Amino acid sequence: MSLAAPPALGRPPTHDPAWLGRVAWAAALLVLVWPLAVATEFRPWLLLAPDSLRAGGRFLASFFPPALGAEFLAQVLRETWRTVAMATAGITLGLLIAVPATLLTTRALSVSALSGRMARGPFWVRQALRWGLIVLRSIPELVWALVFVRVVGLGPTAGVLAIALTYGGMLGKVYGEILESGDPAPTEALLHNGSGRLQAFAYGLLPQNAAELASYTVYRWECAIRSSVVLGFVGAGGLGQQMDSAMKMFNGGEVVTLLAVFVALVALADRFSAGLRRVLG
Amino acid sequence: MKLELSGVAARHPAARDGAAPALQPLSLRVAAGEQVAVIGPSGAGKTTLLQVLACALPPLAGELQLDGTDPWRLPRGALQRLRGRLFLAPQVPPLPPRQRVVTAVLAGRLPALGLWASLRSLLYPADIPAAHAALLRFDLADKLFERVDRLSGGERQRVGLARALLAPATLWLIDEPLSALDPSRAQQAMRTLVDDATARAVTLVATLHQVDMALAHFPRIVGLRDGALAFDLPARQVTPEHLARLYAQHEDELHGGPAPMDAAPLPPPPPVVMHCR
Repeated sequence: MSLAAPPALGRPPTHDPAWLGRVAWAAALLVLVWPLAVATEFRPWLLLAPDSLRAGGRFLASFFPPALGAEFLAQVLRETWRTVAMATAGITLGLLIAVPATLLTTRALSVSALSGRMARGPFWVRQALRWGLIVLRSIPELVWALVFVRVVGLGPTAGVLAIALTYGGMLGKVYGEILESGDPAPTEALLHNGSGRLQAFAYGLLPQNAAELASYTVYRWECAIRSSVVLGFVGAGGLGQQMDSAMKMFNGGEVVTLLAVFVALVALADRFSAGLRRVLG
Repeated sequence: MKLELSGVAARHPAARDGAAPALQPLSLRVAAGEQVAVIGPSGAGKTTLLQVLACALPPLAGELQLDGTDPWRLPRGALQRLRGRLFLAPQVPPLPPRQRVVTAVLAGRLPALGLWASLRSLLYPADIPAAHAALLRFDLADKLFERVDRLSGGERQRVGLARALLAPATLWLIDEPLSALDPSRAQQAMRTLVDDATARAVTLVATLHQVDMALAHFPRIVGLRDGALAFDLPARQVTPEHLARLYAQHEDELHGGPAPMDAAPLPPPPPVVMHCR
């Protein structure tokens, strides 16, 4: 960056030299955003139209009082348990994909990359696995669920499989990033002294990154709880399916109870992950 | 282990392509069980030499032979087994901060352990007496169950050296083992390494900044300057003139040596953040 010539003595500068640039960037941003707004039919004022306000108000008003019947609550408890089970089973299956994929793709565990470039064979194996993970996680779990609902029928199995595939891809990729963001020296030293890859992982990478890996896994578990709810809408069971039917029946009281259960679940997962990070940190 | 370098040149992997190699063609023979100190001003290529000997850095030219075989002609599995028979201790001890000292020391034994044995040792340390004995030699026995990040820089460096005593190695390559130690600890650490190497008939090659320490403890001194061999003499024959020539324009390193590496304990590891990606 070059400095502008200092202003002549006695004449105070009258312009901020950065002004023109700021205006130009702001104008460029507007030009870019405008087509996006048109493409998404972004018309927020519709929210405030009298019709929408009336409809929204009716829906919100139906939230009270929340449904608290014993029978309904028992059913919610059962479905909550099913949702948690679906998320947990999905994540566990996802780990079966993610952990081996991470161990195979992590560059820090490459023996041939210890001394210069990685050898060609291992390089392509790593690339292929990474692409595989990208495919797995770039297909949304909703789409996987729709596929599996056709294959295995309505019910939690489809949800579990959908979560397993998408989250396996996500966890595998992010685990790899976490493992490579730390200090490579301990792992390298172990490999240089002749340890195997898994030994180097257990004694070099894991002690550095265990807390971050665990906290990310719990965060993803929380996300899986949320997505298992969405998957319920396409027939995978659990709280989502309850919510779907309550919405269709315009039963606001049930909706608000279900929402409260959600918030509690997510808050619980958050506390759990914070505690885990403190223990491992 | 017997070492033989013939015309070996090497360049640091991070160096630019046009840069001069850190090690000019150099020939050196070290017999099994011999103890050699490598001295020279900073930037002389001491660390690069150790990395070449440790099969960590393939030579640009020339040939390296360990016990009569060229490691870079071996298939990768065999090369890795060969690496298991040597021990390279980098200057900055490569210890993960959240690990306990006992685990860090026992990690030296990994090449001799199977995968299951090493995983089991993470749950319950496999050989606590051996780790204790190794730490005792470096006056660290009371730190056995401390976490690595609670140690001072000097203590960490000695933990890194204690690892050598557990390695199933017949060649020790030790880079600046004393850089974070005060003089009396340095004496003790040097004594321990040299005595143990003698007792186990391990070949020992150490780079040292402290010339007096090298002359006092090692029978053979190799002087490196600008990546080239300046002299290779028995310690008795190294004269002040040799040293003056070796350290010309770097006299401050010859007298007094550089200030010890930062000896403060590591800052506590940063809190683990939540990544939303």
